[in-house]
Amino acid sequence: MFRNQYDTDVTTWSPAGRLFQVEYAMEAVKQGAAAVGLRSTSHVVLATVNKAASDLSSHQRKVFKIDDHIGVAIAGLTADGRVLSRYLRNECINHAFVYESPLPVSRLVVRLADKAQVCTQRSWKRPFGVGLLVAGLDETGAHLYYNCPSGNYFEYQAFAIGSRSQAAKTFLERRFESFNSYSRDELIKDALFAIKETLQGEKLTSSICTVAIVGSGEPFHMIDQKTLQEMIDAMEIKEDSAADEAPMQDEDKSTEAAPMDI
Amino acid sequence: MALRRDWVYENNGGSALNLPISFPFQFIDTTCVAIAGSDYCVIAADTRLSVGYSIYTRDYSKICKLAEKCVMATSGFQGDMKALQKNLAARHLIYQHQHNKQISCPAMAQLLSNTLYYKRFFPYYTFNILGGLDNDGKGCVFTYDAVGSYERVGYSAQGSGAGLIIPVLDNQLKSPSPLLLPAKDAVTPLSEVEAVDLVKDVFASATERDIYTGDKVEIVVINASGIRRELMELRKD
Repeated sequence: MFRNQYDTDVTTWSPAGRLFQVEYAMEAVKQGAAAVGLRSTSHVVLATVNKAASDLSSHQRKVFKIDDHIGVAIAGLTADGRVLSRYLRNECINHAFVYESPLPVSRLVVRLADKAQVCTQRSWKRPFGVGLLVAGLDETGAHLYYNCPSGNYFEYQAFAIGSRSQAAKTFLERRFESFNSYSRDELIKDALFAIKETLQGEKLTSSICTVAIVGSGEPFHMIDQKTLQEMIDAMEIKEDSAADEAPMQDEDKSTEAAPMDI
Repeated sequence: MALRRDWVYENNGGSALNLPISFPFQFIDTTCVAIAGSDYCVIAADTRLSVGYSIYTRDYSKICKLAEKCVMATSGFQGDMKALQKNLAARHLIYQHQHNKQISCPAMAQLLSNTLYYKRFFPYYTFNILGGLDNDGKGCVFTYDAVGSYERVGYSAQGSGAGLIIPVLDNQLKSPSPLLLPAKDAVTPLSEVEAVDLVKDVFASATERDIYTGDKVEIVVINASGIRRELMELRKD
């Protein structure tokens, strides 16, 4: 994507029918640290890589509890993610107040998508620079959605977003067909494997990743560091040989200039 | 069957006017009591719901758990009670999202006061008592009027039976008088078991003389090990 005369504001179409500002916002998501989500019939797992600005600082929070039955993982501008999480929490609280029942996940993602779309059609706004993996459980079962800055949303069996997510996606593509029958622990294990793919050689420890789960009989919560480290250690002992075969693909960015480069 | 006329008279306090509009409140009477101890708090309310000379139900809980260490009992119009409880529960959720912890009892007390005063010019017709453990683990009781004026006390009663109960508590709880100056902490030196027994006695006595109190009393006890609930039968007449 090169700079051109149609990318100054979000309300300008290009002759090819593209809104460049929206596409640049999606680029921001690709630059963020990786986040993956996996779904079975009864549980949904979210896992993220926690990037710290430096060794001295604390890690970014990328997983937010929205309600007992919904949580999100974000990639991109974490400030935008925090603001959207506050909006989502409010929507859940208001719905529960009026209807005395949890907000269905599909309705929540539609409201989020509509909010994102507004920012693509106002000249005084900019699109949100964050992609959200929304994991939730409602009457119709377990769901995993991905919400883009463009205002689109899709439901997934499993998905990965952020930098080096292609490696995780390839791993998930090979395994996703059996996810529906996975147990809770198998799902967490595969989420950790997927995260490992995005690290590409770096050691996986519980201090650089966050794993959260929601399922029937289990409200949304983050798995504590100690339990997580135990799971990682158990994983390391019986290393999956399939994981080693995962192709190490670099993101296809070297041929294109970064969006803001002239 | 009550005629619509009679209901209107009742609601206007027996006036001669036959208003075509409904009065926005109902005069529901009940009794609530709370006692704070050195490391526990007892909150109790009867379970009868009555309007005028009728009993709507004998099994209606007026006690609501707002947070880990914070419980509220409400006498007054029960429609407003439900609305108030839902409002506070939603506000507590927001608090938990923002602060990553449960709200403390004194903080909830201030929140309840603000919520009530927010509707100063169309009030929640509720007379509340908040009970729980404060940040040091000591029992605390906060008592309110309908528009949010509140005070931390050692014990309190609200509702139709309050007038019968407060003098007995003043006498039996062995706490320093709340009317003393300089103010002394009115937390009772009694043990938890003694306080619960006193609450049962006091409700049994109030039931004898107050028509709006009876059926059952729901007693909730909060201490360091959590929240415990028990029901005791009262006279049904």
